[in-house]
Amino acid sequence: MSHRGALGVQNIFAGATLFLRRANQIYYSTPVSILFMKRIFTGGFLAMCFVVLPLCAPSNAHAATEICSTSAAASSPIAPNGPTILPNIFDPHGPAARMIHDLSWLVLGICAGLFLVVEGMIFYGVLFYRRKKNDQSKDEPRQVYGSNPVEIAWTIIPLLIVFVLALTTVRTIRSIELTEAPAGALKVVAIGHQWWWEYRYMDDSVPGGEVVVANELHVPINRPVWLRLESADVIHSWWVPALAGKMDVIPNHTNHTWFTAETEGLYLGQCAEYCGNQHAGMLLRVIASKPAEFDAWLQTQVAPTVNDTAVAMGRDIFQEYACSNCHTVKGVSDGQFAPDLTHLMSRQTIASGVAPLDPTTLRAWIENPQALKPGCNMPSLQLDPQELNAVTAYLLTLR
Amino acid sequence: MTTAPIHPTSETSIGFGSRVHSWVISVDHKKLGMMYIGVGLLFFVIGGLEATLMRLQLLKPLNDVLTPHGFNQMFTMHGTTMVFLVGMPVLLGFGNYLIPLMIGARDMAFPRLNAFGLWLFIFGGLLLYYSFIGGDGLYGMGGAPDVGWFAYSPLTSKAFSVGHATDYWILGIMVSGFGSMTTAINFMATIVCMRCPGMTFMRMPLFVWLMFTVGILVLLALPVLTGAQVMLLFDRFLGAHFFDPQQQGSVIFWQHLFWFFGHPEVYILILPAFGMICEIIPVFSRKVIFGYPLMVAATLSIAFISLGVWVHHMFSVGLPPWLNSIFAASTFLIAVPTGMKMFNWIGTMWGGNIRFTVSMMFATGFLVMFLFGGLTGIMLAVVPFDWQLSDSYFVVGHFHYVLFGGTMLAVFSAVFYWFPKATGRLLSEPMGKWTFWMFMIGLTLTFFPMHLSGVLGMPRRVYTYQPGRGFELWNLISSSGVPFQIVGVLLLVTNIIKSLINGRVAGPDPWDAWTLEWATSSPPPSENFPKIPTCTSPRPLWDRKHPEDPDCFYE
Repeated sequence: MSHRGALGVQNIFAGATLFLRRANQIYYSTPVSILFMKRIFTGGFLAMCFVVLPLCAPSNAHAATEICSTSAAASSPIAPNGPTILPNIFDPHGPAARMIHDLSWLVLGICAGLFLVVEGMIFYGVLFYRRKKNDQSKDEPRQVYGSNPVEIAWTIIPLLIVFVLALTTVRTIRSIELTEAPAGALKVVAIGHQWWWEYRYMDDSVPGGEVVVANELHVPINRPVWLRLESADVIHSWWVPALAGKMDVIPNHTNHTWFTAETEGLYLGQCAEYCGNQHAGMLLRVIASKPAEFDAWLQTQVAPTVNDTAVAMGRDIFQEYACSNCHTVKGVSDGQFAPDLTHLMSRQTIASGVAPLDPTTLRAWIENPQALKPGCNMPSLQLDPQELNAVTAYLLTLR
Repeated sequence: MTTAPIHPTSETSIGFGSRVHSWVISVDHKKLGMMYIGVGLLFFVIGGLEATLMRLQLLKPLNDVLTPHGFNQMFTMHGTTMVFLVGMPVLLGFGNYLIPLMIGARDMAFPRLNAFGLWLFIFGGLLLYYSFIGGDGLYGMGGAPDVGWFAYSPLTSKAFSVGHATDYWILGIMVSGFGSMTTAINFMATIVCMRCPGMTFMRMPLFVWLMFTVGILVLLALPVLTGAQVMLLFDRFLGAHFFDPQQQGSVIFWQHLFWFFGHPEVYILILPAFGMICEIIPVFSRKVIFGYPLMVAATLSIAFISLGVWVHHMFSVGLPPWLNSIFAASTFLIAVPTGMKMFNWIGTMWGGNIRFTVSMMFATGFLVMFLFGGLTGIMLAVVPFDWQLSDSYFVVGHFHYVLFGGTMLAVFSAVFYWFPKATGRLLSEPMGKWTFWMFMIGLTLTFFPMHLSGVLGMPRRVYTYQPGRGFELWNLISSSGVPFQIVGVLLLVTNIIKSLINGRVAGPDPWDAWTLEWATSSPPPSENFPKIPTCTSPRPLWDRKHPEDPDCFYE
């Protein structure tokens, strides 16, 4: 015999009371259930350890293993002074990233609440409405076809929740997505290439009007940076999580993004849109330093090309072989497809952050780029050891 | 337990060759449905092996199990296979098998078109996989496609994708897509025209409602992809410039076309799973589905809204704030009908007398996992949050919770539920319980840590990652879930083979269920019903089993 009726609000209260009473009974009656509860709490504790602690861990916990030239002393304008800031979106160091971070805790809180409530309802159903072990009866439970008040409630409540979320979302979009550069911003053009980054400082404050560098973006702290994003080939995405959300770098479609670095240091990130073979090897490095140090660095970049006659053989090889087709060294070559090498030695890394810039690695890179970064566009020129040494020696003078 | 063959006369008297032949020439919706599911599960194993290789490569930083090019092929083939050659065919296969049985019809409206669709799908799949051999063309590089399942231009242009791998991707998907479109037409025609006497639209099982909606979505969304693929072929071979940025073509145009298809596609993959859950949870809870009309309304609104949310895949493209805001709002809105469904399933379970068969365990697992995937989906709809999370491993974690934790768990639940109907034999329950726990553990281990590595800044589709950024532990845990899933798949396959040979005989109605497919013998005869049944309510068999208290009193 089945009964019919609506699942009314009073039934939910009755259910909740029943739940508490049964939970109480279970907890204090059988040892098996106590074990079960213990497991739940232990599981929760472990989850806390795995989820919350890593997110709260200090941002430079792993900095030691990241490429960070120690040969360049702290006084040099090249090396970052501060810590290495990992790409953790819960460790913001700029206003755009912080606004997202604050919003994300609200969203996480709401979603965690919903998760607990609904999973709780599922588990309540699983625990208390399962067939008893010895139940052999053919009786069917009461057939409940639905309940208008309850169904309206679980339509309206989610609607209200997403309404709140939508409003906060729109507000944050409007604060972050700017259509023109913030006042006093440093203007830089970032150009994505397969698989490296080119930065062109095009700002009145830049001596000489333009400075071109590759892969390592130097910025002053506490000054907004307005990035114009362009692509030379396919779609890339510029993403340094501690500074700002990602923005795609699209051919024939100029995008902009902005950030303000608030702490000195080396910010890590990487290309976030699949762009072919070496997508994983298209790393991003932003070096934020005090304005005076930044200016000093700018001065090194506008300095004339070093022309050391002791390495003339290396320079000749660089010019005669295919190197000069792709790389620019001001006054020596004007290739456009690969990083500008005029002030190569003012960088810490080569191959878009994949390898440290030291004489041994540089030589190995020139000898066979495919070994260090398989699939990259730089070919091995099959130089003999003597030529290799000469070219390496030449490049090492390009300060 | 008995091991007597189900069909002593038909099965033993003909040879193996003619039995295979009878399947190849068949236009019977049941055989076609089973072939869809069988071939789909075969591709599931292949796609799973590709994923295994990727997890091996990502086990530790700077690993070299795969080359970058090899890895890129693997994630492209894994995604393409799982969406087009596993998800769609398996779900369409269930639709094929069940729709005529559930609405009391003898077959689909167009049986030959049905067979045509199946063979197009199989041929499309083979064409795609032939790229491993033929993708080289004359250029000496290529192999399988390596442009991602989303195939963003201009990576797919001749300049960046030499060889023929991308062409195999285009043509393989296009061919199997035509198969899906014919099947969608067939579903809709069958559901509209061939319902048995008494089966009004509001008496159809919810699974049929969901498949009807899927039919609409396939017909609206898939031709857009096919059109975009034709344009891409024009770009590649006829010198067109639709997506060529150097000739003022627009690469964002491809993204709009792809995601106009791609987002409804996600619902094409999840709605049938909803349908399965709508059938399975009531039967094992011994209760009628809670709020049938609301479920139908929620289904239709999901389908409608899903056609207007595609830009949430493109929040980091740099579209104007107002556009991002509109699409964020529509994406939030779709959470509401999805939530209604979730609550109605729980409402069905509450007050029930739940029998935890393996099928019900998988259905409950679906609820638990899908809820998690749905909530991370809400996070991704928060545009600024998405600027951080988009294209990170967080997204990979999110959609594996939805598509593996959601769709595939529902499919496993459905396999355990309808296997006895299709074969006449029950699957082993103890082995099934092991399968369930292996998948639950494996899924959680593999996909939960992906959310964390994404939050820590790890982008998707990277063949390796740098040490020292905090990714190592989470990737190690992710990879450690793989063996559990492999054991789960092996157990499932063993279970199917063993039960086919000597499983317990099921009888026509092993679960004491209420829809019409359980009113005929297991497996059903070639034209389904000796006599076309009549329908008096959404649960015709309940009415027959409880004449003192039939549903039709309460319509």
